[in-house]
Amino acid sequence: MLPELGQFALVLALLLAAVQCTLPIYGAWRSNASLVAVARPAVAGQAVFVALAFGILTYAFVTQDFSVTYVAQNSNLALPWYYRFPAVWGAHEGSLLLWILILNIWTVAVATFSRHLPAALMARVLGVLGFISCGFLLFTILTSNPFLRHLPALPNGNDLNPILQDPGLIVHPPMLYTGYVGFSVAFAFAIAALLGGELDVAWVRWARPWTNVAWAFLTLGITLGSWWSYYVLGWGGWWFWDPVENASFMPWLVGTALIHSQAVTEKRGSFRAWTLLLSIFAFSLSLLGTFLVRSGVLTSVHAFASDPRRGIFILIFLGIVVGGSLLIHAARAPKVAGGKAFRLLSRETLLLVNNLMFVCAAAMVLLGTLYPIIGDALGIGRISVGPPYFGFVFPLLMLPVVLLIPLGPFFRWAAADWRTTWRALRAALILAIVAAIAAKLLFTHAPLRALAGVAATFWVGAGIVLYALKRWREAPAGSRYTPEMLGMILAHFGLAVFLAGVLITESTSVERDLRFTPNEVQQAGGLDFRFTGVTRVQGPNYLADQGTIEVRDGANLVATLYPQKRQYDGQQLQSVAAISGGVFRDIYVALGDPLGDNAWAVRIYVKPFVRWIWFGGLFMLFGGLTAAADRRFRAFRAGVEAPVLDAIPAQVAA
Amino acid sequence: MTPTRKRRLIATSLILAAIAIATALTVLALSRNMSYLFSPTEVLSGKAPAGASFRLGGVVLEHSIKRAPGSLTVDFVVTDRFHDMPVEYTGVLPDLFREGQSIIATGQMEDGHFAAREVLAKHDETYMPKEVAEAIAKAKAAKAAAAATN
Repeated sequence: MLPELGQFALVLALLLAAVQCTLPIYGAWRSNASLVAVARPAVAGQAVFVALAFGILTYAFVTQDFSVTYVAQNSNLALPWYYRFPAVWGAHEGSLLLWILILNIWTVAVATFSRHLPAALMARVLGVLGFISCGFLLFTILTSNPFLRHLPALPNGNDLNPILQDPGLIVHPPMLYTGYVGFSVAFAFAIAALLGGELDVAWVRWARPWTNVAWAFLTLGITLGSWWSYYVLGWGGWWFWDPVENASFMPWLVGTALIHSQAVTEKRGSFRAWTLLLSIFAFSLSLLGTFLVRSGVLTSVHAFASDPRRGIFILIFLGIVVGGSLLIHAARAPKVAGGKAFRLLSRETLLLVNNLMFVCAAAMVLLGTLYPIIGDALGIGRISVGPPYFGFVFPLLMLPVVLLIPLGPFFRWAAADWRTTWRALRAALILAIVAAIAAKLLFTHAPLRALAGVAATFWVGAGIVLYALKRWREAPAGSRYTPEMLGMILAHFGLAVFLAGVLITESTSVERDLRFTPNEVQQAGGLDFRFTGVTRVQGPNYLADQGTIEVRDGANLVATLYPQKRQYDGQQLQSVAAISGGVFRDIYVALGDPLGDNAWAVRIYVKPFVRWIWFGGLFMLFGGLTAAADRRFRAFRAGVEAPVLDAIPAQVAA
Repeated sequence: MTPTRKRRLIATSLILAAIAIATALTVLALSRNMSYLFSPTEVLSGKAPAGASFRLGGVVLEHSIKRAPGSLTVDFVVTDRFHDMPVEYTGVLPDLFREGQSIIATGQMEDGHFAAREVLAKHDETYMPKEVAEAIAKAKAAKAAAAATN
């Protein structure tokens, strides 16, 4: 009975979404206040029904109702209770429902926290969000109903893919989706502004905190995904340029461009049409990502066995959203007036370069991701474009960003001055060079890339620290750091930490596959690894071979590691690496196959600084959230933007 | 030309130049790093590039996995059920690697066998990579066509 109610709730939510995306927009167009007022109740009602549907599906998992096909396919009796919750979004249908739930949470948040905004604009924003929700609900009900019955009920289910039985799965998809879906808010604001013809810059100020929060969550989601694949997939890599990773990375790149472009539009009034366009792109790429992941057109570790109808539906929806919004943009954006003039040497130019590089990078990733599909369609053959392509082009495109980023805060709006910037920043440059030389002297074998990593880290890191010090010295106490500025400082510092992690790990990691007999000692990365043998261990729903490996640095015992190779009741095999983590070095051991005579294959990685990659992501996360908390965004009301707009540059220049 | 226009012209040309360079780099990198997938049948009919890296897709033939004693080297046969290709690999194999499982190996031909640098088995055991399924279907069609002409 309950699953049918769940399906019914979805249908009701769809009807409310249909109301939400038509009446308020029509009302805003016709200046009909009563139709405009429909928006908020429709949002609330839809959210209630979506939450109900999600709750019912969760309940079906917790009580193990195997008469529901989706539950039977993705869990079984032995699945521990704490993995029954993430099992809800462990496959296609449920993760789509999660997508819709998160979209509804965002919509409710917008409806709640934007009460001071003009009613017509809000009606349009909520209407656009309703349209997106409509599309996804329709998609769920027509092609991916999670409540389908399998009668008679199965005695036991399949298993949740063991690779997904991990705490990472509890948090990674919701965070990633929160980011992905969050760009729908920036998109809705942009479309609402275009529809209403209210193309002054006020809407940018209202859209900015939402964009920052979405970007922060997307950063967290990607960081968690990277960390998860590092310790779950057993390959010790932190990024694979897998199509699904790219699907989340492209919106991130464009989102990064967007938050910078929004800053320019808000403060200077420039780049307006461009900001609108980026808002459209960021969300379109989120949708494209959903399409790539869900349609199964790409071969990927994330690909679920797929149904072509799904792909076609998303493709049509994608076409409507992208095509429609670009049409609206083409029709309305030319009316947008230019903003303030700026010189070649100015903060605007730097942010333009930032935008250019990030959009180019996103385009490059898009090309590489779609190329196999294009090649297939053109009959060139079954091509794969792997890490060598991305790993070559991406750093090249990001090089200007890394070189220029410390200049950004020091450059003034409109017209910057080389000499003051040079005086302020030369210490960072000198520090970067000295650090690289010192690293070369300390570690004589350090490859060029590691040295570049050290230099880039100090250049970006010291650059932003110098800026923080300058504000401390020069600005009056109490107004030294606005949250927005603090957010920027944190995020840029995060980039420095990230760069250190990536360049040092990539150039100095030791990766070895070794054959061990019991009590044999072998060396890797300057450490001694002693393999004492393999024992059998029983887990809640698996039986594991567990190896024991002692790691010694000289006579010092550094760590004792227990990598496992698990045989799940659902018959799947899954190795679980053992990691001894540290701020400066990770030791990573995975158990391979038995080789006979008690010998085992063992994979050993020693990865210096690998954690800095994720620490960097965390800094960026906090940066995004801090910036979004700026009171300026909230205290601001319609109709008074002009004086404040002029006041900001003066304050920044101070 | 007014100073504003001149500035705009400079800015626009700089942007265009940057985009042109980025595009050129991207296309260059793409053309160098594309990797094709072939089935054993296609490799044996000479479609795979000699001396260059490509991907071999197919199913691990039953009872074909042999380990060289005292090392991490393993020999097995990848088949599309019509033709077989011996593969040699040194290192730790993925969890889902087993007989009857479809895999994709990256490497190149060496003295009549495929020397693999990397072996991938997909994470879902019921899932056959579309590319491998297609390669097998293609080999099947080729065999049927050959049978028809005989």
